[in-house]
Amino acid sequence: MREFVYHRPLSLAEAERLFAASAEGRYLSGGMTLIPTMKQGLATPVDLVDLGRLPELKMLLVEDGYLVVGAATTHTEVQTSPIVADAIPALADLAGQIGDPHVRHRGTIGGSIANNDPAADYPAAVLALGATIETSRRTLPAEEFFQGMFSTALEEGEIVTRIRFPIPERAAYRKFSNPASRYAMAGVFVAMLGDGEVRVAVTGAGQDGVFRASEMEDALSAELNPAEIEAIVVDPATMLSDLHGSAAYRANLVKVMAKRAVADLLA
Amino acid sequence: MPNIELTVNGTPRRAEVEGRTLLVELLRDGLGLTGTHVGCDTSQCGACVVIVAGKAVKSCTLLAVQADGESVTTIEGLASGDALHPIQAAFHEHHALQCGFCTPGMIMATVDMIERHDARLDEATIRHELEGNLCRCTGYHNIVKAIQAASDAIAASKSQGVQVDA
Repeated sequence: MREFVYHRPLSLAEAERLFAASAEGRYLSGGMTLIPTMKQGLATPVDLVDLGRLPELKMLLVEDGYLVVGAATTHTEVQTSPIVADAIPALADLAGQIGDPHVRHRGTIGGSIANNDPAADYPAAVLALGATIETSRRTLPAEEFFQGMFSTALEEGEIVTRIRFPIPERAAYRKFSNPASRYAMAGVFVAMLGDGEVRVAVTGAGQDGVFRASEMEDALSAELNPAEIEAIVVDPATMLSDLHGSAAYRANLVKVMAKRAVADLLA
Repeated sequence: MPNIELTVNGTPRRAEVEGRTLLVELLRDGLGLTGTHVGCDTSQCGACVVIVAGKAVKSCTLLAVQADGESVTTIEGLASGDALHPIQAAFHEHHALQCGFCTPGMIMATVDMIERHDARLDEATIRHELEGNLCRCTGYHNIVKAIQAASDAIAASKSQGVQVDA
């Protein structure tokens, strides 16, 4: 790994100052993606600013019909929290499907969505539930936040502080994991919101990263039934293709996972 | 270079590390605790699993500075004198190893697994929970048996009010 200067700020403001003062800074959250990337020499920060112990990023509570999750909350904490289990059990279920136990102990929700890996799990929940992302500077709706593969609306030095999830009537997440990496080959999060609107978001499969499956949303808003998915065509031209699976295979997986998620949601 | 303090296997240690020093490098090269292995170095195999602040982590994917102030338990910290920890004893009893390279990580993952499930493990749970640890000899059957036996032994000693420390 290339040399860098490690910083452990004590406040959000100090973190932003350290980042701004660096020729090439990176924020470190759980490090489950960044540290392997740095070991491979694919990221070579001059200054590494560790957000792991900032009190501003540590919270987990229900407030005014929203589940509010601090950015430094680990996957294990989301997976096992009684607050999450009570408010959005599908989110706890999703967190428990990320990586493996050791990775879940360190990886964080803020790190996951800031990185916006096209095969990460959390972006599907954030987008399907219509969550808002609060940062050190502003508040963004999920639709504006995610801007394609590994790309977000975050500006240089901006820090995700918390994610505010509206509590849905019901929700479910199903994914087909890559057997080696546990990343999603296709993951589908289906949420029925309080007003009866159904939202569907797909991760792992799309060429532009996480996306909303609007045709499925329309069909399922009319009738919430896995059979409604059957007639929908997922265009392979918009799907990822790699050594793990072709675009046509992923297009089929999206439908299969969507049907399973709807079935779970009705169960 | 950052100076860090951590408690390793119950003993306070100080070390001067580079920012880029991984926890596994500090343990092996800095502190001579070579029981923690590096298998894949890509965060997949789990040979390097140790317990930091009570939770199993992959020490090849953690900077030593991130563990500053924390308590770290490695495979060397489990036995008390010549008496093996119940998990080590179960791995020995059930021959839950072939080449033995993955064994320290498997055992440390088991410490965490039993703790999180309060020593109430069944085979399906054990197999699922082992997703973060790879055995290239594919010795999983006996590993699963050993974890089950260790879990049962720890549950029994808990019900008798005996404290088993990780």
